[in-house]
Amino acid sequence: MATIDYSSVKPQKPWRLDSKQLAINGGVFLLAVLLTPVVLNITPLNGKLGASFIFVVLATIGNTVLSIVRQGFKTISTSIAATFIYLATALVLLPLASVLFTVASKGITAVKLNTFTQDMRITNPDAPFTEGGALHAILGTFEIVLIATIICVPLGVLTALYLTEIKGRFENLVRFLVQAMSGVPSIVAGLFIYTVLIVTLGINYSGIAGAFALSILMLPTVARTSEEVLKLIPNDLREAGVALGATQWRTVAMVVVPAAKSGILTAVILGVSRVAGETAPLLLTILGNTTNNLNPFSGPIAALPLYTFSLMKTGLDVAISRAWGGALILLTLVLILFITARLLSGKKR
Amino acid sequence: MTTTQSSYNGVVPKAREITTQPRFSDKVFRFVVTSGGFTSLIILSLIAVFLLLQGFPVLRDMGFGFITGFEWNPGDVDNGVPVQFGIGAMLIGTLLVSVIGLIIALPIAVGTALFLTYYAPEWIKKPLTITVDLMAAIPSVIYGLWGFFVLMPHAVYWAKLLHNYLGFLPFFKMPADVFERSPFIAGIVVGIMIIPIITAISREVFSQVPLDRIQAAYALGATKWTMIRSVVLPFGSSGVAGGAMLGLGRAMGETIAIYLVLNIYFAPNFQVLFSAGGNVASLIVSKFGEAGDYELRGLMAAGLILFIVTLLVNFLSNAIVKRTSRTGK
Repeated sequence: MATIDYSSVKPQKPWRLDSKQLAINGGVFLLAVLLTPVVLNITPLNGKLGASFIFVVLATIGNTVLSIVRQGFKTISTSIAATFIYLATALVLLPLASVLFTVASKGITAVKLNTFTQDMRITNPDAPFTEGGALHAILGTFEIVLIATIICVPLGVLTALYLTEIKGRFENLVRFLVQAMSGVPSIVAGLFIYTVLIVTLGINYSGIAGAFALSILMLPTVARTSEEVLKLIPNDLREAGVALGATQWRTVAMVVVPAAKSGILTAVILGVSRVAGETAPLLLTILGNTTNNLNPFSGPIAALPLYTFSLMKTGLDVAISRAWGGALILLTLVLILFITARLLSGKKR
Repeated sequence: MTTTQSSYNGVVPKAREITTQPRFSDKVFRFVVTSGGFTSLIILSLIAVFLLLQGFPVLRDMGFGFITGFEWNPGDVDNGVPVQFGIGAMLIGTLLVSVIGLIIALPIAVGTALFLTYYAPEWIKKPLTITVDLMAAIPSVIYGLWGFFVLMPHAVYWAKLLHNYLGFLPFFKMPADVFERSPFIAGIVVGIMIIPIITAISREVFSQVPLDRIQAAYALGATKWTMIRSVVLPFGSSGVAGGAMLGLGRAMGETIAIYLVLNIYFAPNFQVLFSAGGNVASLIVSKFGEAGDYELRGLMAAGLILFIVTLLVNFLSNAIVKRTSRTGK
């Protein structure tokens, strides 16, 4: 009895367009592009918006006619829906591309070498770019985010362990609350830390206050992502640990958590990238500064998002360019974190 | 042989007691992890308690007027101007901006999610999903900057078009010719910011549609769109609704981006193209710097209301999403 090796059988796709049909599709697309300026001249519409509107309408009509010719009248809704779905995707990518492009092109003029070596203590916001820099903001962001990570990660991982290892009576409640916490507005987190630390306990504006506010926002991300990772650890590992006579504590500490190490690291990085760009809570807790403050426990301190925000609010042209520079540094930082997290989690699966 | 025997010399280790009782180390471990697990409960209740304690005097003095009033005036004792704190206009404005954002984001996000699950070629799915997720990672201050300097000129032009051609609709009327920093523009910015959230959840739900139903639809002669309309959308509708609610909650709590592109105005304004809007979070940012002690308490009360509203929206959306994913399996 001959067995068929199914892995070598290529599935047939009779619905796939052949090269001739693809060429016709391309021709219709080209026709829509070419007709757009013609129609633009006839109709009262004008400008880029008018042109893109006409193009979309023409492309939809062309696509629809094509599918009517090929498959009959019943496919009209199908081709129109397809056009709108492609359009929606384009509309998502458009603003993202615009944001990335603007930040890069406007920011690059304001980022010089001295941006990373000087602060703004003796520089006016509208002085030339060769003076002053964002060193204080970069250092401040690192200090605050580092402390927030130190506060948040143990709590986040403990929450995830509670949800996956203990599975106590309140498992569903805790999961529900963690999800609810991810929706706490950042300004409320800042306001809360302000009332507790600054109003009630009388601590002054400081990096530590900002770090507390950020750790509130970071906790749900770390807890939920770690939970997902811990869930993926096969139960065999836990059973093997217990079968070897280990207590639950030793199983978790020496088998489960080490196995989930890279996943937990991903969770931490995602949490950091979530909070590194937060502005509103920092506005209420660290106040901002123009000089290096290496002591996060006392006195106002600067941070990149706040640096960007306050320079923009001055309304001076040069200061706004500096703000774009700050935005570029911030965006680069967030992108690096984001890509690192993706690479780490991609390797695992 | 004999030496080994003598070395034991009667000292046989005692058999370990077999018990179902957890060991001491496990008891400590369980206690520590359980108390760690309750961090979120503790933090959430602390937020509510502290904001209520601080904001209580203002809530007591203003009563219901705090929610229904439209004026925000720290008062002037010397000139006999009474203190008046009401966030009614801000609440209306928050809702208005969030709903505009949702109206813009929902169709685009659902379309993108459909594209990612059913239309996109295999090789593009993963990079595109990551790209959409990337949108959620961009800090809101950058969206604010971009919204103010890049989007605003375009959006003002679109607003003028809407006003010219659809001006007969009551909410597109203009009391004065100022199109900048309107709820419409803030709504677009917020819409862009919540697209990735709604897309992610919709995509998740759409990918859970049972394959046999999809194949059944195709076998009955459905085209791709009729299959989506009759199988995917009914199956995913409540998940999409939950995602939309989640996006709404995010939009209501958004602060800096809205603060940068919206003109805060202390009267209810439903003319979305006009440069006057309200936002609770932006109110807190804009008044925080110069607020006196009593006004600060007012801001904390406003923060409390915002906290409660977003929490409720979040609870509701999580419940909807959870219910869908359960029936989906």
